[in-house]
Order: sequence, then C-alpha cells, then structure tokens
Amino acid sequence: MTLPLNARLLSVLEARNRAELALMVLPGLMIVALVIVPAIWLGILSFSVDGVPSLAHYQRMIDNSSYAAIFLTTFQLAGLVTAITVLVGYPATYAITLLPPRLSALALACVAIPFWTSLLVRTYAWMVILQRNGILNGWLLDAGLIERPLRMSNSFFGTTIGMVHIMLPFFIFPLYASMRSIDGNLTRAAYSLGATPTRAFFDVFLPLSKQGLIAGALLTFVLCLGFYVTPQLLGGGNVTTLSIKIQQNVIVYADWGAASALAVVLVVIVGLMLVASRLLGGRGTD
Amino acid sequence: MDSTNAYLPPWRRLWLHALLVIVLFFLLAPVLVVVPMSFSASNYLEFPPREWSLRWYGTFFGSSEWLHATRTSLIVAGLTTLLATPLGVAAAAALSRSRITTAQILKGVFLLPQVVPVIILGIGVFFLYIRLGLVNSLPGIVMAHTALALPFVVVTTLSGLKTFDHNLEIAAQSLGAHPVRAFLGITLPRIKLSVLAGALFAFITSLDEVVISLFIAGGDNTLLTKKMFLSLRDQLDPTIAAVSSILIVMSIVGVFIFMVAAGPGKDGRRP
Repeated sequence: MTLPLNARLLSVLEARNRAELALMVLPGLMIVALVIVPAIWLGILSFSVDGVPSLAHYQRMIDNSSYAAIFLTTFQLAGLVTAITVLVGYPATYAITLLPPRLSALALACVAIPFWTSLLVRTYAWMVILQRNGILNGWLLDAGLIERPLRMSNSFFGTTIGMVHIMLPFFIFPLYASMRSIDGNLTRAAYSLGATPTRAFFDVFLPLSKQGLIAGALLTFVLCLGFYVTPQLLGGGNVTTLSIKIQQNVIVYADWGAASALAVVLVVIVGLMLVASRLLGGRGTD
Repeated sequence: MDSTNAYLPPWRRLWLHALLVIVLFFLLAPVLVVVPMSFSASNYLEFPPREWSLRWYGTFFGSSEWLHATRTSLIVAGLTTLLATPLGVAAAAALSRSRITTAQILKGVFLLPQVVPVIILGIGVFFLYIRLGLVNSLPGIVMAHTALALPFVVVTTLSGLKTFDHNLEIAAQSLGAHPVRAFLGITLPRIKLSVLAGALFAFITSLDEVVISLFIAGGDNTLLTKKMFLSLRDQLDPTIAAVSSILIVMSIVGVFIFMVAAGPGKDGRRP
C-alpha cells in the first residue's frame, strides 16, 4: 500500500532538507580548504614574529614611510580609475539607453568584446599602444602634435588607462540594467510639466539611477584596490600597489608575516567597502 | 523608452552619442590593434603592419614551449569547467532551497573567491600547497582554479533557479522519482542556459587566470598566461600578439558556442 499523499510529500520535503546539506558539502569544503583555512592561517601568522606574538608587521607599516607611499598609490589609483570610469561610463550608458534597440544591442556587444577578452591580452595591447615608440606616440608625432615621444607606459598614467579599460564593462553592464528598469513615463511627466531636459535629468532620472551609480562606483573602487597584473605590466616598476608589495614580500623576501599583515589590511578595507556598498542599497557583487 | 526622449532636441543628444562612440572605440582599440599586428611580417611591433605574414604564428606553432603551455592551459580550463560546473550547480540548488537567513550567509561563503582580492587567494593557496606538496602540480592548479570559478557557476545557476518553480521538482519526487532523477529530468532542462553560462564563465576564468598561476603553476605545468606574463615583463615579442589573437579567438568561439546553445530569441540576455 502506498502512503497517503500528505505523508509522501512530507517525507519528500524532509529528504530535501537532508539533501541540501549533502549538496553543499563538496563545494563548501573546497572554499573552506582553499580560501578560508589559508586566510585564517596567514592572518594568525601576521600577528607573530618567529612564533612569538607580536605586532611588529603592523608597526612596520606605520613606521616605514615606503608603506605609506604604497597605500597612497593604491588609493590614488583606485580613486582616479573610479572617477574616470564613473564620469565616462555613466553618460555613455545613458546614451546606450537612448539608442533604438538594434543599435543598443550593437553598442552592448562592443562593450562585451573586451569584457570577454583576456585581461592579460588587453594589458599587452595597451603596452604596445602606449610605449615610447608605440602606436599613439607615432600618430601624435606624425600629426605634429608633439615633438618628442610622451612617456605613457611604465607609468601611473598608463596603469590608469589600462585599469579604466578593464573596469568600464564591469560598470556599464549593471548600470545599463538599472537604467533600463527606470520607468520612462516619469521623465516624460517632467517634460509635460514644463521641465527642461537638463532639469528633468537632474531632478528625475539621476536620482532614480543613483543607487545603481553608487553601487557600481563602490564595486569599481573595491576591485581596483586588488589589481596586480595591470600595475605590474603597465606601471613598469614605477607603480607599487598593495598587491604588488604582497607578492614581493612572498616571492622576493619570503617574508610571509609582512605579506600576511598587508593582506589582512587589504581584506579589512575591501570588506568594509562591501558592507558600505550593501548599506547604501547596492547589491554587492552581482 | 524611445518616446521618452523624443522630447530631447537632437543637438542635446549629439555630445552624448559622440562620447559613446569614443568610449566604444576606446573599448575596442586593444582588440583592433592586437589582431592585425599578429599578422605583421616585421621584426618589431608596427601598426598598421607594412607587410603581412604568418611568421609569428609560425614561431608560436614551432615552439614546443608555447605549445606545451597552451595544451596545459586548455587541459586545466577543461578540467576546471568539468569540476566547477557540477559543484557550483549543486551548491546553487541547495542554496535556492534553504531558508532565507542561512542561505544568505552560505551564499556569501560561496561568493568569497569573487570578492577577496585575487593576490590574497594566490598567496593563501601557495602557502597551503607548499605544505601539501601541490605546488606546480596539475591537480593543485585545477583545484585552485575551480575554487575561483565556483562563484560564477553559483551566481548564474542561482539566477536561473530564481524563476524556476521548485514545486515541479517536489511533484516529481512525490510521484516516486529519485531526487537525482527529478533534478536531472525536471530542473536541469529548465535552467540549462544558466548552467551553460556558468560553465563558459568557469572555462574563461581558468583560461585567463594569471595571478594564482604565477604562484602555483610553474615547471612542467606552466600555464599560457603565466608564460605570457613572464615574457611581457622582459620584452614585447610579436609572438605574444599571435598568442593574444589565439586567446581572443578562443573567447569568441566560447561565447559563440554559448549563443548557439542558447538558441535564437535568448541572445539579448547577457550571461
């Protein structure tokens, strides 16, 4: 005899609760073993020197002025890249929403191509474009705009260009989705009530897209704080970010304590920024 | 949407559209430069190339080092996809069933590798692998890449499950279907697209990964990206333009296969 329907459903639901746990065991273990355990281990390591508890690694960050320069570089870079990305990306995204469907699809495809292209490939391309005898200098020289090649690669400038290029698609896609969800009737109502286009934009459209804008800007800033490849290659040794210093501490000096202390600081900053972005109403990393 | 803006005089849109064109050009510039340059006949990088040739592709295909690194990268990316996709789908399936609060916390755990700066994942995995003797080993690299790719699969699968009615699966189970069969037969076909998108993300994430590989993918298992990174620090060899073009084509083929698998009518959806 089969069980009555209710009892059968109940047993299915119970089994599903058990299955839930089972399904998460393997992927969960993976994250715990490869991300969480090493992170905690390194975190503990950062608070000791030769096995003795100590704050020396953190003290050094305060005492040694080269660390202040690294923090400053990292934040300046992240701030500048975020500012450019927002100032250029916001109006560009707005322009995409104004296009007829076919053209907006084409524009989005143009944003998607670099998005899917390897970060290393794009960085290499910028090295070629920006180097001393590179494409851009060649064109500027031919056009007579400059007399001597500008120094664009191996610099803060080149790093900024490369990072803006990487961050723009990350900023544009979510912002586009949030702009598309704004009801067009609202701006139209503003017009019909006599608002100028400028006024309608600043009083109606901007406030409605503000959340997506802030969330995108914060995410951009957070991602910029962790950059390694672009500053390393386009900075040519002249741009030392936190990530580069962490790598140097491990590979060059084999100083795990110093690297870990920097990693802890970086994680705390990133964590606080993500919490802030969530509190401001943005959805963290979608 | 469009009627909204009919009120705007055309000259007001002009600067916006001009800006958009400049931004799109800026975004496409690297691809537009790298691909033609890889066909240059010159000894050094020039754009546009004065003479065309396949010599840099010849150098690439004639170098056992480059070929070996490419093969290793493809193997690692393939294995990562095979591992990360089922694990990510399992995690997402469990997360989408859980009660709200626990699911939120657990989701945070599964998304960690996406949020934590990759350099930290890199030194963490390196630190662990030194102790486990997994540095420069294929299983070690695949596991690290799987952890990195997992969040992409979880996120895309979760977005597919958001619109899926779980009662369908429960109905199948209450009618006697084994849970695995209910999932494979009822749920999976309906979220196929999201799972495929996740698999594509996993493949490309692994193929493009540089930072973690710098620490743990050396020796016989040097990956293509690591080899590229190391040679880029020394010189801008045109061979790298050829390698880059091959990587660009691989990404485009991946996205194209996804589009075909996704079928017509769904192409407006960004994976």
